[in-house]
Amino acid sequence: MSVNVLRTTTARRRRTDQLARWALLAGLILALVPLVLVLLFVIIRGAGALDLHFFTTDPTGAFFGNQGGIKSAILGTVEIVALATAITVPVGIGLAIYTCEVGRQSKLAMAVRYFIDVLTGVPSIVFGLFIYTVLVVSGVFGGFAAWKGSIALALLMLPVVARASEISLMLVPDSLREAALALGVPRWRMIMQVVLPTAFTGLLTGILLAVTRAAGETAPLLFTVLGAQGTTFGLGDQMNSLPLQIFNDVRQPNPELVTRAWGAALTLITIIFIINITARLATRRNRIQ
Amino acid sequence: MSKHPKSKNKNTVIAPVKGLGVRIRALRAFYGDNEAVKGVDLDFPANQVTAIIGPSGCGKSTLVRCINRMHEETPGARAAGQILLDNLDIYGREVDPVAVRRTIGMVFQKPNPFPTMTILDNVTAGPRLTGAGRDGLRERAAQSLRDAGLWNEVKDRLNTPASGLSGGQQQRLCIARTIAQEPEVLLMDEPCSALDPGSTQRIEELILKLKTRFTVILVTHNLQQAVRVAGRTAFMLDGSLIEVGPTNHIFNTSSDQRTEQYVTGKFG
Amino acid sequence: MLSRVTSIIRKARPDTAPAKQADAVFRLSLQILALLIVALIAYFFIQLAIASGPAFAHTGILDFLFKNDWDVAHNIFGAWPLVAGTLITSAIALVIGVPIAVTAALYITELAPPRLREPLAITLDLLAAVPSVVYGLWGVFILIPMLKPAEQWLSQTFAFLPFVGGPVSGPNYFIAGLILAIMIIPIVSAISREVIATVPIQEKEGALALGATRWEMIRLAVLPHSRAGITSASMLGLGRAIGETIAVALVIGSAPTIGDHIFDQGYTLAAVIANEFGEAGPGSLHLSALIAAGLVLFVLTLLVNGIARWVVLRAANRNHATPALQVEP
Repeated sequence: MSVNVLRTTTARRRRTDQLARWALLAGLILALVPLVLVLLFVIIRGAGALDLHFFTTDPTGAFFGNQGGIKSAILGTVEIVALATAITVPVGIGLAIYTCEVGRQSKLAMAVRYFIDVLTGVPSIVFGLFIYTVLVVSGVFGGFAAWKGSIALALLMLPVVARASEISLMLVPDSLREAALALGVPRWRMIMQVVLPTAFTGLLTGILLAVTRAAGETAPLLFTVLGAQGTTFGLGDQMNSLPLQIFNDVRQPNPELVTRAWGAALTLITIIFIINITARLATRRNRIQ
Repeated sequence: MSKHPKSKNKNTVIAPVKGLGVRIRALRAFYGDNEAVKGVDLDFPANQVTAIIGPSGCGKSTLVRCINRMHEETPGARAAGQILLDNLDIYGREVDPVAVRRTIGMVFQKPNPFPTMTILDNVTAGPRLTGAGRDGLRERAAQSLRDAGLWNEVKDRLNTPASGLSGGQQQRLCIARTIAQEPEVLLMDEPCSALDPGSTQRIEELILKLKTRFTVILVTHNLQQAVRVAGRTAFMLDGSLIEVGPTNHIFNTSSDQRTEQYVTGKFG
Repeated sequence: MLSRVTSIIRKARPDTAPAKQADAVFRLSLQILALLIVALIAYFFIQLAIASGPAFAHTGILDFLFKNDWDVAHNIFGAWPLVAGTLITSAIALVIGVPIAVTAALYITELAPPRLREPLAITLDLLAAVPSVVYGLWGVFILIPMLKPAEQWLSQTFAFLPFVGGPVSGPNYFIAGLILAIMIIPIVSAISREVIATVPIQEKEGALALGATRWEMIRLAVLPHSRAGITSASMLGLGRAIGETIAVALVIGSAPTIGDHIFDQGYTLAAVIANEFGEAGPGSLHLSALIAAGLVLFVLTLLVNGIARWVVLRAANRNHATPALQVEP
């Protein structure tokens, strides 16, 4: 029989293999269960809270009766994160250009890479403390303010943007740099008009992932923007935000506030997931091309 | 293509211009401690195609990269010696490498059009990104594309991405991009090694036309190519120039044993 | 002839001279930016050290770290209960999270059908995008009530083990550790996937060609090659767990004492900062103590991340001699 020509794998080895395969699959399932459970409960508990009123009114802060919606929280998150992004993007990409195109192996470039690495590991609450001692306690243009929260978030986003940008710049083939230089293009124009456009998708992905991380952060905002009830567009004022709203509502044993927390959580997760998945699909499509 | 009836036809024949020659004196080039070019003296006469041949690692690519000062862009690389464009030492203290590269154009081994730009933008990239005037940019682009023999294939899709072209078309686009910068000397570093035979033939025909206006320096590992297009050939081995002379002489009547062995395929 | 060349230079001069300047300005401004960032991060560290000075001066650094007495009302700041709570919850997170993260990474890279790999990876990465406050909310209202019976059963059945038996409190170390485990799984798993992906295909095919089963291939070729990377991934996960604030603050129980067992209430450094910050007035010793707690947290994560980097570097040096200077053609 031809089958006998093949030395059979012993039954024991095959059983071990099967067992190991199941164990690895079990690991994957265990990892995915919490995601399913979190999403499930956020949707079940949160969906009921969502209506037009929920999105168009501010929290009232009243002790009894109508508690209001989350309008100021949504707008606050958008404002604070937008300012943080506006600060981070030029600085983060600038640092990446420095380490990748200009400084390369110089001592300063190595130092920047090292410090960016250090920043990556710093707990977000420590950024909040830092901004609190430097800008809030010392009373730079008043006490708590939205822009101070933006700076704390910018510190948090900086390593994400800088590293993602450095990686995308390194992925730009050297042949394009050579092509530009051989045409007699000055280095800065080569970087701005050939390298950066080529790396665009990678840069965008890094920025979007940093935005999703910042949008969900509570800790750095506790000490910097403090929170507020009403809608404000003044970046120098205290401001509300979705994570702060949830954090404050969770700690009150009032069913109406807890429901609002679930609704706010559903809103926040939806925003974050949309940005996050967009970012990942963008890189993926780019890589396939 | 020279007999195309409708277009302003005098343009499709490259107008002859007396080019500038290049002379290399005692050139040495290094990567870190590794000496890749070990003291070479070599002349490239104007309006001729000179081929540089030799086994891989012999320093021929490094040599041409020194001629437009691209060599120094490699980290840890440096060069010493003189390279004279006409009578100007391009390694002179007062010379800006950026100006040198505008005057001495380069075409690389693999086609490298800018992927984010359209065909038209690729051709005009040189003038646009070096801050030269924008006047007549479109005409200049059209002329360069005609000179590179690509106009008829792309004239209807100038605003489509350059990445949509075939490899051979991309390489001719890169040649058009280089000559749109109106250089004096054209360096070509194995320009056909990534292309199919058909595209290679078109580019070789193009090189023969281009020499009426430029001084062409062609690095090639394809010995037949050197015979087909080059009037003169230089043979390099292990960082040194072994021999230079009329192509015919190098390939048929060379008295140097190493040259003879290389061109008859005994090594390399 | 000579005039031709000089004309080339002249032609080049007018626009290259500013170009050269522009290049220099570009380079210089980037250098200044880089210097500013390095200075900012140094200032960051120094500022925290200065602001925590009063607390360290009042308590003494060793007492601050190792004294088991956090009594705000009496201005006594021995942060050992917080340090211990941070270590306990992080340890629980590692014990639960790392095996799950690594097996999931192995399944995705080695066993899953190729078409499913990318979607599975993206889905798993989404765990990291869930905001910490949402995990806290979910922990308080879903996880704590859901797991209470199971915890009680565990605590009774395994009471003979150390640190297990005892009355189960709602919020406790175990719940906090479990949530931290969920939060570090995507990070540990993503880095492990990257590490596993760098195992040379020849080694894997070599094992398979010898007649190894899939699992034997993983054990013989994949795991030895990625051990250092996985260790480093776990350390980075640990760094995350140590610094995580909001989710933990909501489910740890906020008791500034060391619990008797893992189902008891406690506190962590990060959680104490978040919860007590509102009560600590500017300039108070309490605020200084909270900032000191932040500094300890910072140094802890710095150490842990440093170890992660060291593990990778050591493995890289051992496996491959430093590559010689690369010579480009």
